[in-house]
Amino acid sequence: MKKLVVSTSPHIKSGITVKKIMWAVVIALMPALFGSIYYFGLRSLLLVGLSVVTAVGSEALAQKFFGRKITITDGSAVITGILLAFNLPPGVPLWMPVVGSAFAIIIAKQFFGGLGYNFVNPALAGRAFLMISWPYFMTAKWLAPNSGYLAGFDATTQATPLTLLKNTLNIIKDPKTTAEELAFAQKIIANLNSLPVIKNLFFGNVGGCLGETSALLLLIGAIFLLVTRVIDYPIPVAYLGTVFLLSLVLPTKTNVLFQIFSGGLFLGAFFMATDYVTRPVTKLGQWIFGIGCGILTVIIRIWGGYPEGVSYSILFMNLTTPLLDRYTRPRVFGTKKAMRLDCYGK
Amino acid sequence: MFSFHGGIHPPENKLTTRTKRIENAPIPHRVFIPFSQHTGIPSKPIVKVGDLVKVGTKIGDAGGRVSVPTHATISGKVTEIKEYPHPALKERTLTCVIESDGQDIWDEQIKRRNIQDFDQQTLINIIAEAGIVGLGGAAFPTHIKLSPPKEKPIETLIVNGCECEPYLTADHRLMLEYSTEIIEGAKLIAKIINPKRIVIVIEDNKSDAIAKMREAITDFLIPITVLPIKTRYPQGAEKQLIKAVLGVEVPSGGLPMDVKTLVQNVQTCYAVYEAVNFNKPLVEKVITVSGEVKEPKNLKVRIGTPIIDLINFCGGYLTQPAKVILGGPMMGLAQYDDELPIIKGTSGILVFTDSKIEDESACIRCGRCIKVCPMNLMPCEINSFVRLKKFDKAKSYNVLDCIECGCCAYVCPANIRLVHAFKFAKNEIWAKQ
Repeated sequence: MKKLVVSTSPHIKSGITVKKIMWAVVIALMPALFGSIYYFGLRSLLLVGLSVVTAVGSEALAQKFFGRKITITDGSAVITGILLAFNLPPGVPLWMPVVGSAFAIIIAKQFFGGLGYNFVNPALAGRAFLMISWPYFMTAKWLAPNSGYLAGFDATTQATPLTLLKNTLNIIKDPKTTAEELAFAQKIIANLNSLPVIKNLFFGNVGGCLGETSALLLLIGAIFLLVTRVIDYPIPVAYLGTVFLLSLVLPTKTNVLFQIFSGGLFLGAFFMATDYVTRPVTKLGQWIFGIGCGILTVIIRIWGGYPEGVSYSILFMNLTTPLLDRYTRPRVFGTKKAMRLDCYGK
Repeated sequence: MFSFHGGIHPPENKLTTRTKRIENAPIPHRVFIPFSQHTGIPSKPIVKVGDLVKVGTKIGDAGGRVSVPTHATISGKVTEIKEYPHPALKERTLTCVIESDGQDIWDEQIKRRNIQDFDQQTLINIIAEAGIVGLGGAAFPTHIKLSPPKEKPIETLIVNGCECEPYLTADHRLMLEYSTEIIEGAKLIAKIINPKRIVIVIEDNKSDAIAKMREAITDFLIPITVLPIKTRYPQGAEKQLIKAVLGVEVPSGGLPMDVKTLVQNVQTCYAVYEAVNFNKPLVEKVITVSGEVKEPKNLKVRIGTPIIDLINFCGGYLTQPAKVILGGPMMGLAQYDDELPIIKGTSGILVFTDSKIEDESACIRCGRCIKVCPMNLMPCEINSFVRLKKFDKAKSYNVLDCIECGCCAYVCPANIRLVHAFKFAKNEIWAKQ
């Protein structure tokens, strides 16, 4: 008798694998990486490299420690490494991506079971950890783009547009501000809303985190992911759309394009809010998730203590994912209403 | 173009056989005919070892209402009646083994007859006696389907010519070569259930069959139309088909008659035509033999023929086979032995040489399974409940509505054997009830 394999149907597969998906995301992040090297110098590459190596290394170590299968070739740790570095100011000391990445992978990802089980985006958790532990480095180490800077601390620093906006608005609000200062502040605001600034924001020629400045280059990667259906449109559309609409009606003191192109919005909306593991799986859930991210981002930007709100918005919405999944179940074929609560009420 | 929500479009792989005429497979030397080839109670043997039988001789009586008789499919001698492995059931089942006399003598009762004054009940009895079951794969006794309760009248008879499984072209060829017979069969079914219309549904990748079936339509009491629909798997699944054609959903746990509809496969219509006009029981059917065989073919085969006989008739295996599947690649059953027989529900034989089964990895919650599920289920969530043995939760997430079409497992990037998990969960839930 011949040896035949018996397995459950289906007997054919689409060929999509976790590996292919993850590496596609890595490829999609490449334009922004090149942009970062162009604007901030080879130091960008160094920071990203350190972050990736640490992420992959920590993943291997943690998996070995927990007795899990080593899965570092699946690319997910590489993505976390890149994203963590993309969320750092280019002037941070070199140990920061190492500490951040290790935290992201070991604490935020592997402690909770590894890929598929973490409840918050590891890169954002790593960033939040660095932010509260070393706020100075995370909020002051901005560099001016094209400063020809390779290493060291002698580069031109330049506040990010959102930081500048926040500081200026604080000056305007301050009752002790003199008329002269006020006029100067108004001039800064007007300048931020000017066309050249918007153009720089779009191309990435502004201060900011490593990988977040160029809306254009992020968009190129995002379109690649959308076309190859690695990510779906609801979250980015809902997120950007909400920020767009709220910026129209709320007192941001800036024009809508400034709000859309500045900060980490594109990086967040296309690459971090769309993280499979930590976003809802249902379509309706994804719309709500995206809208929630948008609302929180605008609230933090206008009324919050931080100039930028993308990473905390996504982290917060990550926490709502299990609930959103539970309450937005699709209507099963042949049923009137989705059975939502029956299994929890009993 | 009409369709349904979700689904996939896997490579069709039908080109090798779609142009090949249906050939008669050689009469096997020995057939293994299980007494249970249908959903319901197995039939009861009425022959004993040593009896001589002809093609069409009844060898088993219906075992109850939801059951059909079983017939000899070759002429010769009954050599064994004992339990043998079954290609679709887990347990060994009572099987009649017939050794051929090499003559292929048919029962004298099988001949053309005048069917003018057959009334509804006579027709139903003929179909029941002929051992006809749903030939699309489910193998549910057809006469039961044709006897819906009075309060559930049928308005639409859908003739299913979708054949959405990749590789399979048997129904396609049948529609090309026996279009008139299929339509006559559908008319006979219509006579029994009195619908208001007959809709013959064919996927738009079979334009020649669409044209041929349209030509074959003749005047009838009620309108008969051929409706091309989008090529998409699982378009031929009963519930998805009805949704695509009529826009209504069969209620969860319900049957097509709940939405005044009856679906019959083209092969079933053909079998009904032959049974009524020639008094011919279901002893043969058309299947596709494809995949890694030397010469893929569409064959008319006797039920009970061992798989290996048909593979040899197709030139044998190309190389060492790794998987032999009865049915299509999406829902077919992998066999552990190529000596197992073809049964009434078999739609094809597929041979694959690559059987590498990738390891499952953790679910990354990509949601692809949700997007493709034609029943709108959440396969990834149900799978996580099944893993934790939380069958109640799996049930509340409607795992019992799963049609096991395999779309979710097909697209799963983590190679999770979702269908396997759902079959397991269903069995656990049914066992508790």
